[in-house]
Amino acid sequence: MKLNAPKTIEEFMAQAYAMEVEAAQRYSDLADAMDTHNNREVAELFRKMAVIEGKHGTEIMQHMGWKTPPANAVAPSWEGFEAAESVPIDEVHYLMRPWHALQLALAAEQRAERFFAELAKSTTDESVRKAALELQEEEREHVELVRAWMAKVPQPEKDWAEDPDPPRYDQ
Amino acid sequence: MNSGNAKTLTAAPKGVAFALAGSGGSGVMTAGTTLLAGAANAGVYGLMVRTSGPQIRGGEAAALVRLADRPVDTLGDTFDLLLAIDWGNTHRFADEVPLTARSVIVGDPDEGEPPEVFLATGARYVPLPMKKMAKAIPGSWVNMVALGFAGAMAGFPQEALEAAVRADWKRGETALAANLAALAAGFAAERGITPPIAVPPVPRTEAGAKQRWSISGNEAAGFGAIRGGVRYVAAYPITPATELLEWMAPALAKVGGTLLQAEDELASINMIIGGSFGGVPSLTATAGPGLALMAEGIGLAVASETPVVIVDVMRGGPSTGIPAKSEQSDLSFAVSGLHGDAPRLVLAPSSIADCATTTQWAVYLAEKLQAPAIVLSDQFLGQSRAIIDPPADSGLRAERLKAEANAADYKRYRNTESGVSPMAVPGTPGVTYTADGLEHTEAAVPSSNSRDHQLQLDKRERKLARFDYGDAWADIDGDGDAAVITFGSTSAAVREAVARARAEGVHVRLIAMRLLAPAQPEKLAKALEGVRHVMVVEQNHGGQFLRYLRGHFDLPAKPVGYHRPGPLPLRPGEVHKAIAEWRKAA
Amino acid sequence: MNDVATCEQLTAANFKSAVKPVWCPGCGDYSVLSSITKALAMIGKPPHEVGVVSGIGCSSRIPAYTSCYGFHGVHGRALAAATGLKVARPDLTVLVTGGDGDGYSIGGNHFLHACRRNVDLTYIVMDNHVYGMTKGQPSPTTEPDWDSKLAPGGTKIRVFHPLVVALAAGANFVGRAFAGDPNGTAALIAQAIRHPGFSFVEILSPCVTFRPEQKEWKSMVRPAPVEKTDDPVLAARRVMTDDGMNIGVLYAGNRPCYELDYGRSPKSVADLEMEFRV
Repeated sequence: MKLNAPKTIEEFMAQAYAMEVEAAQRYSDLADAMDTHNNREVAELFRKMAVIEGKHGTEIMQHMGWKTPPANAVAPSWEGFEAAESVPIDEVHYLMRPWHALQLALAAEQRAERFFAELAKSTTDESVRKAALELQEEEREHVELVRAWMAKVPQPEKDWAEDPDPPRYDQ
Repeated sequence: MNSGNAKTLTAAPKGVAFALAGSGGSGVMTAGTTLLAGAANAGVYGLMVRTSGPQIRGGEAAALVRLADRPVDTLGDTFDLLLAIDWGNTHRFADEVPLTARSVIVGDPDEGEPPEVFLATGARYVPLPMKKMAKAIPGSWVNMVALGFAGAMAGFPQEALEAAVRADWKRGETALAANLAALAAGFAAERGITPPIAVPPVPRTEAGAKQRWSISGNEAAGFGAIRGGVRYVAAYPITPATELLEWMAPALAKVGGTLLQAEDELASINMIIGGSFGGVPSLTATAGPGLALMAEGIGLAVASETPVVIVDVMRGGPSTGIPAKSEQSDLSFAVSGLHGDAPRLVLAPSSIADCATTTQWAVYLAEKLQAPAIVLSDQFLGQSRAIIDPPADSGLRAERLKAEANAADYKRYRNTESGVSPMAVPGTPGVTYTADGLEHTEAAVPSSNSRDHQLQLDKRERKLARFDYGDAWADIDGDGDAAVITFGSTSAAVREAVARARAEGVHVRLIAMRLLAPAQPEKLAKALEGVRHVMVVEQNHGGQFLRYLRGHFDLPAKPVGYHRPGPLPLRPGEVHKAIAEWRKAA
Repeated sequence: MNDVATCEQLTAANFKSAVKPVWCPGCGDYSVLSSITKALAMIGKPPHEVGVVSGIGCSSRIPAYTSCYGFHGVHGRALAAATGLKVARPDLTVLVTGGDGDGYSIGGNHFLHACRRNVDLTYIVMDNHVYGMTKGQPSPTTEPDWDSKLAPGGTKIRVFHPLVVALAAGANFVGRAFAGDPNGTAALIAQAIRHPGFSFVEILSPCVTFRPEQKEWKSMVRPAPVEKTDDPVLAARRVMTDDGMNIGVLYAGNRPCYELDYGRSPKSVADLEMEFRV
């Protein structure tokens, strides 16, 4: 996958920041959608993820010594239209189980890991390369964390997506 | 011609009212529908009303089911049972599920405590681990446990419920077996509750002795239309009328008719005018906003004397209003909302079964009188499902007075005694004419002449005013020097309220009007002979029916109104209270 | 979130209200909402100077989910209301939002004339080839063989081609986006807003409940094989072979825009009296 690798460490960290912020916002929006559809368990899980990604964003700001978020930071597309760490909006289902949500989170972290690995390979700037490798390692840790979390969560039943009722007032 | 409801004011229906609530895939709507079908198998009548949040799927939902020993078109005052598979946002239904200290709340202890608003009524809380029970039977759904429990509480034999599940089952045999087991588990659980739940079982008629129907008001209206002879429908989807159209689409095809989805309501009304001009009885169905759009077109049907039927499934207004809730607030518009002097027919079915009979009558009248007929149904009737005795076929069919081929000196708008002039159907030689919204001569030539205008206005008014509508214009019951007048879906609640009053020695006549326009002041005067006090009951904010009656009929001095807007239905108890206070003050 | 003082940089968050959407999880409209708020942040006008006008349908619920001045009108008439707003208040940035049923069926007539009139508006249609809010009837863009209760066996009617109609009727900017690409869509919307005259953006926005097969769209859409043009004849030739999956700007033209002359050189009412003096 082609990447326009950032030229400076500032540019790179701005992108990484944007990725975390977008991921956090996406988890928050998904949590709201799940809440509105009475899927409390998954809503809570997505909210936890939103907080975690939000923390990563704050860490980047602190690390870079930024007082305000970088202007016009955009998370680049990776393996599709969306940013590497954002769960695609169309992958959720109103009846999804926590295990499904963690699957999506896992996929997002794995995408992010691949993104940083590729970036490390394609950049010409040494400081960017080092930073990319560091972030890749962090994402790898996140992958492990999500896997561990998944192990504690029950597998969904075969008929998890079945709703005996038709859409509102269908009959 | 009578509606399906009990005509005599006997004691109130005996039965129970259950609310099944849940969210996000819990399947309460299906449980409610199956419970209703089980009721029919058990020789019991019933009514099911659905309510839900704004989400299209996964939202909080409740099936409100009344089971009784006779056909019912109102849910009554309170619920005997609130069974919630989970409590997600169910507190939003508190207004629609009134409970008392004699009610029972069944909830899954793993889903938390029932909301305070329900517990505060003093109802008895019975925990039932429905999810666990369903989990213990692999492949089963939790709503089956709920269904079994509710059916046992109603006193149904288990076989009646099983038959209902089987009849509608669309998934494989193994799933069926698992869910029947879950049903049995729920059934057994009810039997095992101590102390036993004190809800009297619903009295059953001879099970299976009579053929009965499970039908919604929307379906009934569509059926009545087809029975009456409608074969062409053009319409646009709108809540809560869409199901009527979706039922009619394949039904019409089966009888050789056709339904066309129009681009909007302006197209719909003009399309059916075109179809009717071509000789085919035509109909459309809509709700308030759509009816408003059709106003110009309905006027065209009046002026060109083209028969059409417009079913208005009323919902909360004004404007976009409350699309999924019922109200009787389109009355003013229906009886007077056209520009110019434009007489038209307006009818209102008073029960789900009556949706069939009244729509059939509307088709007959529209065709006979070559005029538009508006049928005021509403969301409550349209989207509720009931077990009914099959509505008798009145035998009324579309019977248009047609011009003979090559008739001598044919004049489309000839000034006849009755006001109805023969209508030439395209394809008939020698009697061609141009229909017109412009005022016209008897020969259908556009005219601004004062004599022609007067003549045609008289003709169009006379043909409706002089027609003998017979006894079906209203359902009249009881006697007394006081009368309650109502129309449409409130009729059932008012009927039960009047029965209660009667049992207390307060004698009140009930008039549930079916033909709202043209006004029948002489008939109402006759029905009000001996009556000195009148109360008008309706579900809208402005007292539209009261004002209409005062404007077009003779009422005794100081008529009073009991009216309030939707979204909550009028209940027998509140109407009874209003009647009692009114009679005491008199 | 409420709008902030203009000296601070506006972000997408400034344009979102606190109202939670009731769309089904997985609905493309969530993406479009995000794209609209991002685009408005790029444009830089504060929320109180932006109007969002809609009709009826799932997509038409969007105004309440933004912190702009919203108008949730009646079915099919959003373009009329929006035209009224812009002509009376040329200083505002006016977006019009809705679905394919609202826009192309009952709204069809207004669509034609809005394109022709070329008032400076941005019309965003979230097209999911179905009437979602009324639970699954065919819309003008529904495939002719899609089975439904209201049209069993399919409508068997050729689909409506919104880009063709918009171009032919006189719109000054015509483009298509895909909800699955929120950033690309945001950029396209910003472009549309900046372009003078009537800008029309059709956004393929899958309906997860009634058209679950539309999940395939993300593997079917592609960037348009040609660059945008300002030549309406060239654009017309291109759009006639459009298969509905090309993403990008088809046409960004120089057609004369509706003159917004409200409030200019007012004379006094007293001057009117001169007319009647004899």
